[in-house]
Amino acid sequence: MFYSAFEILKQGLTGNKGWKPVWRDPAPKPEYDVIIIGGGGHGLATAHYLAKTYGITNVAVLERGYLGGGNIGRNTTIVRCDYGQPGNSEFYSHSMKLWEGLSQDLNYNVMHSQRGMLQLCHSDEQVASYRKRANMINARGDEAQIIDRDTIRKRAPYIDLDNARFPVRGGLWQKRGGTARHDAVAWGYARSADSRGVDLIQNCAVTGFDITDGRVTGVQTTRGAIKAKKIGMAVAGRSSEVGAMAGLRLPIESHVLQAFVTEGIKPFIDYTISFGMGHFYINQSDKGGLVFGGDLDMYNSYAQRGNLPRVEQVAEAGMAMIPAIGKARQLRSWGGIMDMSMDGSPFIDKTHIDGLFFNGGWCYGGFKAAPASGAAFAHLIATGQHASFAAKFRLDRYKTGHLIDEGGHGASPKLH
Amino acid sequence: MVPRLNCIEDVMRISCPHCGERDLREYTYLGSAKLLERPDGDAGFEAFYDYVYIRENPSGENAELWQHSSGCSAWLHVVRNVSTHEFLSVKLAAEAKS
Repeated sequence: MFYSAFEILKQGLTGNKGWKPVWRDPAPKPEYDVIIIGGGGHGLATAHYLAKTYGITNVAVLERGYLGGGNIGRNTTIVRCDYGQPGNSEFYSHSMKLWEGLSQDLNYNVMHSQRGMLQLCHSDEQVASYRKRANMINARGDEAQIIDRDTIRKRAPYIDLDNARFPVRGGLWQKRGGTARHDAVAWGYARSADSRGVDLIQNCAVTGFDITDGRVTGVQTTRGAIKAKKIGMAVAGRSSEVGAMAGLRLPIESHVLQAFVTEGIKPFIDYTISFGMGHFYINQSDKGGLVFGGDLDMYNSYAQRGNLPRVEQVAEAGMAMIPAIGKARQLRSWGGIMDMSMDGSPFIDKTHIDGLFFNGGWCYGGFKAAPASGAAFAHLIATGQHASFAAKFRLDRYKTGHLIDEGGHGASPKLH
Repeated sequence: MVPRLNCIEDVMRISCPHCGERDLREYTYLGSAKLLERPDGDAGFEAFYDYVYIRENPSGENAELWQHSSGCSAWLHVVRNVSTHEFLSVKLAAEAKS
């Protein structure tokens, strides 16, 4: 079904009875050209680009639960491209360009809102550091600027500029930053892939890999064996578990990151804003809820729930930045499993097993990466070559010394 | 003193062998307990690569290091189920290493 203003009008006048499910619910076939494991943002995006860009449509996406039921549907929805390290820099820049045409590409409104992103600085050193970052972003061809206190006061008068401990000295402004509707991203990619012939198979957990002479030949699943000569893993959060079935030992730990949303309130926060002296970031959804998050809970976890000390710390950071949000009541929180890599950057690479490809290690930056990740992973699976904008996300980069350590924290997954 | 195991989900109070059961906020997490097993200096590149970068990252029981940083400062070897957050054992890291 092609979505248009006319279709909405027609359906609205006829009781909205003509809408149909936008993807099929097929049973798995015995064999595919490509199997993608993981029906989240990255897996569904990969299926879309495989079908659309490379014409490979005999593809199955295997999802253990339901499509988009993991982190793609529960995150703080921020889309930005403010990375500085070679590797990340060109990748997130490319992702932003894909975001900017995504609704048209998918004929599905992902509600990409370039409302602007403001990152606050609280010391002269931080202003200098952010100025360097702005220069890196500008040198790449994306736009960023340092704005002063008066400009911040005019744009966001609710920020506590004179906080006694963390006074605001300025901010890094990225006008193309913003948000997107997270569920719509999963649904849009799913619908596009399905309409091109990709089988989206839900309630289908992979239980093992069939590997012969160092080549992958298929997977065992809870819905039977499925053959394929090319298999891509896009199961961030559970990469270690799924990878272990194929004998992969990965430089990844799984940690929990919480996201929060308050009751809906009137329009209040126009931008995506982050606090520079604690890990806190906030935006307001189109429904009016304040969507915010902070740091990891700082211990390994697959529990998909967070703990109260982090809730307290996030709330304190938020109150220090915007005291008025203390009046809003929190509605929900979510703890997602993050694939934390050893340098804070992801992997899109081949593995030591022929035909088995790996996509993971997204840390807590996977949402904004989904379009470029899918495009790069599809390119790798289809052509056997790394995409030019994702050539450095190698699995062996810690061995060769080519770390992409944006924060300079060293080999500690929780600190990135 | 035998540390009392804490089996209440999500509360995550850790029983320090010195101080008894204390709030999670008194502790700092370091990471996998494999860090106790540093290879010998001549163990070679692969052994150190594995030690520094590779993590088993199980979804069940994980052996890990915590420090009672706001208490007695002791380093603890903790076994925890990372899918339920249940603590299975707590002992001093110094005793775990030997």
